[in-house]
Amino acid sequence: MSAVTDFFHGFRGRVAGLPKPVRIVLLVVAALLVYLLPILNPPFITTTDSDFASVLFSCSVYALVALGLNVVIGYAGLLDLGYVGFFAIGAYAVGVFGSAHGTLPWLLCVPLAIIFAMVSGILLGAPTLRVRGDYLAIVTLGFGEIIRLVLLNSAWLGAAAGISNVPSPTGPALFSIPHLDWSGGAPVVDLSTTTTVLEFGVRDATPFYWLALTVVIIVIFIDRLMQNSRVGRAWEATREDEDAAELMGVPTFRFKLLAFAIGACIGGLSGSLFAARQGFLNPDNFTILYSVLFVAMVVVGGQGNRWGVISAAFLLTWLPEKFRFLSEERYLLFGLALMALAIFRPQGLLPPRRAVRAIESEEEIEALEEGTAHA
Amino acid sequence: MPDTTPATDTQVDSTGPATGEGASARRLLEVDDVTLRFGGVVALNEVSFHINEGEILGLIGPNGAGKTTCFNVMTGVYQPTSGGVRFQGEPLGRRKKHEITRLGIARTFQNIRLFGTMTALENVLVGADAHHTTGVGSAVLRLPKHRREEKEGYERARELLKFMGLSKRANELARNLSYGDQRRLEIARALATDPTLLCLDEPAAGFNPAEKARLMELIRTIRDQGYTVLLIEHDMRLVMGVTDRIVVLKSARKFAEALPAEIRDNPAVIAAYLGVDENAS
Repeated sequence: MSAVTDFFHGFRGRVAGLPKPVRIVLLVVAALLVYLLPILNPPFITTTDSDFASVLFSCSVYALVALGLNVVIGYAGLLDLGYVGFFAIGAYAVGVFGSAHGTLPWLLCVPLAIIFAMVSGILLGAPTLRVRGDYLAIVTLGFGEIIRLVLLNSAWLGAAAGISNVPSPTGPALFSIPHLDWSGGAPVVDLSTTTTVLEFGVRDATPFYWLALTVVIIVIFIDRLMQNSRVGRAWEATREDEDAAELMGVPTFRFKLLAFAIGACIGGLSGSLFAARQGFLNPDNFTILYSVLFVAMVVVGGQGNRWGVISAAFLLTWLPEKFRFLSEERYLLFGLALMALAIFRPQGLLPPRRAVRAIESEEEIEALEEGTAHA
Repeated sequence: MPDTTPATDTQVDSTGPATGEGASARRLLEVDDVTLRFGGVVALNEVSFHINEGEILGLIGPNGAGKTTCFNVMTGVYQPTSGGVRFQGEPLGRRKKHEITRLGIARTFQNIRLFGTMTALENVLVGADAHHTTGVGSAVLRLPKHRREEKEGYERARELLKFMGLSKRANELARNLSYGDQRRLEIARALATDPTLLCLDEPAAGFNPAEKARLMELIRTIRDQGYTVLLIEHDMRLVMGVTDRIVVLKSARKFAEALPAEIRDNPAVIAAYLGVDENAS
């Protein structure tokens, strides 16, 4: 296991040692490859039993969820067991304003989804963040269930039948790209399977994947900027020792609420993406199991490391799809894998490595000093 | 446990109404008749003393006398049951802990409480952030405010680490530092909040004589830079060597307040401090 981490960190160290233009080119190439995954259909990674683009879309949405929950659990150290509630609020905001009680296009529903999720995050956090640890976990657990029960029992929200005809994003149909087919062992251009660029249809999930991936990349940048600032330090100090942080001048309650609100925003955003692809919503999409899965992603990945939680979100979404042929047994194997992880690597697959950050901080201060020299 | 005999109390007070560097010195912090009760337990009983600007005041007393509790009242951890604390003439009232820190009272902890997963530098940065106001917006957009505050914070943190002799440990995790370095880092972190009054809670605990001597030197240097220092310490040699004035607490009450020399020569204080007299009398 630690070989995996060493490989990643060693890799990271080597990349960090390269000159900046080379690093940027490498990153762009890597990002392009990730974008083109559903077109390239690389062997082994491709899921054979379920649509690969759909799986990749789910992976991206859950990666976003994991990033959001990582702010709450990983950075601020608040155990939130009802995160699916924010996901549901984001999804239903799109359903309500785009279909059930309005005709807003998807793009206008997204800010509403984010705002509603954030407001509910603040409403939940303001009274409950005064309690600690276990109590917070119980209250948030209740919150997730309350949201689901409200959805299930409110006729205005479609009750058990849910909401259908949820709007999808709209995009112009520009041109088509054929996919690659590796079934013969060598790549063959498969003209019968194509993706029409930026046509968000039911048939092909690829444009949805691109959209979700773009959102994930933007959120990664924002996450990074937040973490390397006073805000990130205040969260970490609060997580480490709340009283000491408070006595060093950190308004801990305000920062905890901030983490909760930002986590809720990202949860709402991922819910709105989920709704766009799903097309219909019902309360069964938002059971407590999802909250548990989300927490598992953050814990498996290594709390506090954005690449760790993204990898875990990918793995925990992709593995069950890849090994679908094991059907019944797959969740059993999944559980065994989680147990093994908890025993042998409780800190997660990729725990945050501080040395890297310390070096980065040095570079950053140098850059800042250069910046002022110019001014 | 027998209560402090009022006779001893008055006797000590009358031997020397300690004035430190003269009555003209400005009072930085005043503890007025503070009583703190936890249910039936009286943790502080009508304790009053003051700290003059620019002095090093020692707070001594046997274990459980209420020294750390006194710190906790001064820094807002506990609200006094009656009485109050005034800082620079202003009552602290119901101010929150982080607000009191920003007013200018910083402290270290008896049992080290660093942010273990953060580097030494980051620990000090958290302290320096006490007076910063960068929020998510300016952090994400890297606004000039963020850049200015980061630069200022890093500079201050590096300066303080250098001052405490921790420059080489800047990028090490706080929890991996040696015991002595952790104690020094706590002082650096407290100083980073830019306090007027620095409260040190047993900073020499677990130090060897050489380290204690260096710490004494350091405390003096800190005072000479314009900070006022309140020191809780058990090591009598250190307290006698470095403080300008000493307040003795015993069984939740103020027992004496005197100059170090007077304390040294006062058998009642020594007896109270060492706790030998109680069974005999």
